Amino acid sequence: MSVDADTVRRIGRLARIRITEEEVAAFEGEINAILGFVEQLGEVDIEGVEPMTSVTPMQLRRRDDTVTDGGYAEQIVANAPISEDNFFMVPKVVE
Amino acid sequence: MDNLTRLSLKDLRDGLVRKDFTALEATDAYLAAIEAGNDKLNAYVAITADAARSMARASDARIAQGEAGPLEGVPLGIKDLFATKGVHTQAASHILDGFKPEYESTVTANLWRDGAVMLGKLNMDEFAMGSSNETSYYGPVVNPWRGEGSSKALVAGGSSGGSAAAVAAWMCAGATATDTGGSIRQPAAFTGTVGIKPTYGRCSRWGVVAYASSLDQAGSIARSVEDSALMLASMSGFDAKDSTSADLAVPDFAAAVERGVKGLVIGVPREYRMDGMPAEIETLWQQGLEWLKAEGATIRDISLPHTKYALPAYYVVSPAEASSNLARYDGVRYGLRVTGKDITDMYELTRAEGFGREVKRRVMIGTYVLSAGYYDAYYVRAQKVRTLIKRDFEEAFNAGVDAILTPATPSAAFGVADQDMAADPVKMYLNDVFTVTVNMAGLPGIGVPAGKDAQGLPLGLQLIGKPFDEETLFAAGRVIERSAALDLAPAKWW
Repeated sequence: MSVDADTVRRIGRLARIRITEEEVAAFEGEINAILGFVEQLGEVDIEGVEPMTSVTPMQLRRRDDTVTDGGYAEQIVANAPISEDNFFMVPKVVE
Repeated sequence: MDNLTRLSLKDLRDGLVRKDFTALEATDAYLAAIEAGNDKLNAYVAITADAARSMARASDARIAQGEAGPLEGVPLGIKDLFATKGVHTQAASHILDGFKPEYESTVTANLWRDGAVMLGKLNMDEFAMGSSNETSYYGPVVNPWRGEGSSKALVAGGSSGGSAAAVAAWMCAGATATDTGGSIRQPAAFTGTVGIKPTYGRCSRWGVVAYASSLDQAGSIARSVEDSALMLASMSGFDAKDSTSADLAVPDFAAAVERGVKGLVIGVPREYRMDGMPAEIETLWQQGLEWLKAEGATIRDISLPHTKYALPAYYVVSPAEASSNLARYDGVRYGLRVTGKDITDMYELTRAEGFGREVKRRVMIGTYVLSAGYYDAYYVRAQKVRTLIKRDFEEAFNAGVDAILTPATPSAAFGVADQDMAADPVKMYLNDVFTVTVNMAGLPGIGVPAGKDAQGLPLGLQLIGKPFDEETLFAAGRVIERSAALDLAPAKWW
């Protein structure tokens, strides 16, 4: 499988990365080189093999459903480019 | 006091406890070394001199009271991937401009608990994506090693290039590092240092900027096997804040270092004998086997049939996880923000300006392999192949193999801005061909300097162990270190 210029533009939109028209051809070439390299996975007989979900055998731990953390909104927004009254500020999304 | 920086971590710690010198003197010696050489090597992206001196004074106070921790007063460098409270933490990326976390990573908190001193934050490939430290927003790290009679700048490897260079150039007594596909072991091999990537789950990932969560693991880079064991012991341990942290006691790693290899079975996987492998790598590997045999180990040929599929599977799994993990960099909560005409425009412009080329490429590959219609063909298939890679190792260990010896890298350090590597991303990826299998299977791996190439550049061997058996790696690694008896001091030019 390989990608064309339109697919590169579409992936850029899905990934929320602006790709300029000048960059499209270079990304197309590089992504196809990598996809070409991973193509060899098609040779492997994976019949009846379970996909890995955890690299070490473990059960996901559970804990009581109680609040154990929080109460420091000012720390949460401390690194925000723009914040006001402990809220993150973004461009208007709803009219 | 140049000589203090030349001490091993172990001797430095012992000298501090004996009060031969103070922690402040040791820290000042390292700060002077950084001041003098960092412009040339570019290993540190932030130097925290004042904080280091106040940590050192606190260490001196604890030593005076007889309350010294296991790493009391030892000056360390910290990879820029670890969150350090109130201190530069940017994963060497433009998109995290100005980010100073309000919290401390568990691994670094463990080091400070044990008395260590932080000198600053170390350069790395952006978001740990790279094998040459050239994808850093702060520019490449330069290897303190040069070919004999050459002044050509060589890479220090990646992604933990700053960690490896700082340790090799006596700019810290040891460094934290992380390894997703080889990012501890490959730079260690390129700089004549020892790098350990422990078993997945041994060190907490909490507060470590995420790249590919099912593969990422913290570890150490140090100047000897014993030093790396001492550092790893402090970094490790169960952490309820990381859901994949292993709830196991941390062994006394340093106690295992002189255990030897008598009676151990060392596996030699035939699939690691790659076409076109340089003769000096083959010779180094044979030499390593001879050393282990001479100390009483049994050498056994083994087969790990899915080895060649590890790297392609990695380049599906890791970008997929990266595309998800890096979705958080949106210009809203931290770091860089580029204003746009609406919110989507802001996201797209921020990520276009904030991410470097390699990061964009991997996020886009990940987005593609996870997109509708391709998920089964790429991602699910790669995870099935990963099951088979892990099974290969399990079968070898179940048949009685205690550890596996392989080369660490296909070559010694290459030049900064190498044209071949720049032209073909896959060529750069092949640097990790011997190390990536270990991450795919979640196993521990150690890189130990074992020889030099024709130009006098260091070459490393890798030992791969059973899950949570880092001790055998330290023991066997020490045998290689002792047998090789290399002079691992690069000629100082910086």
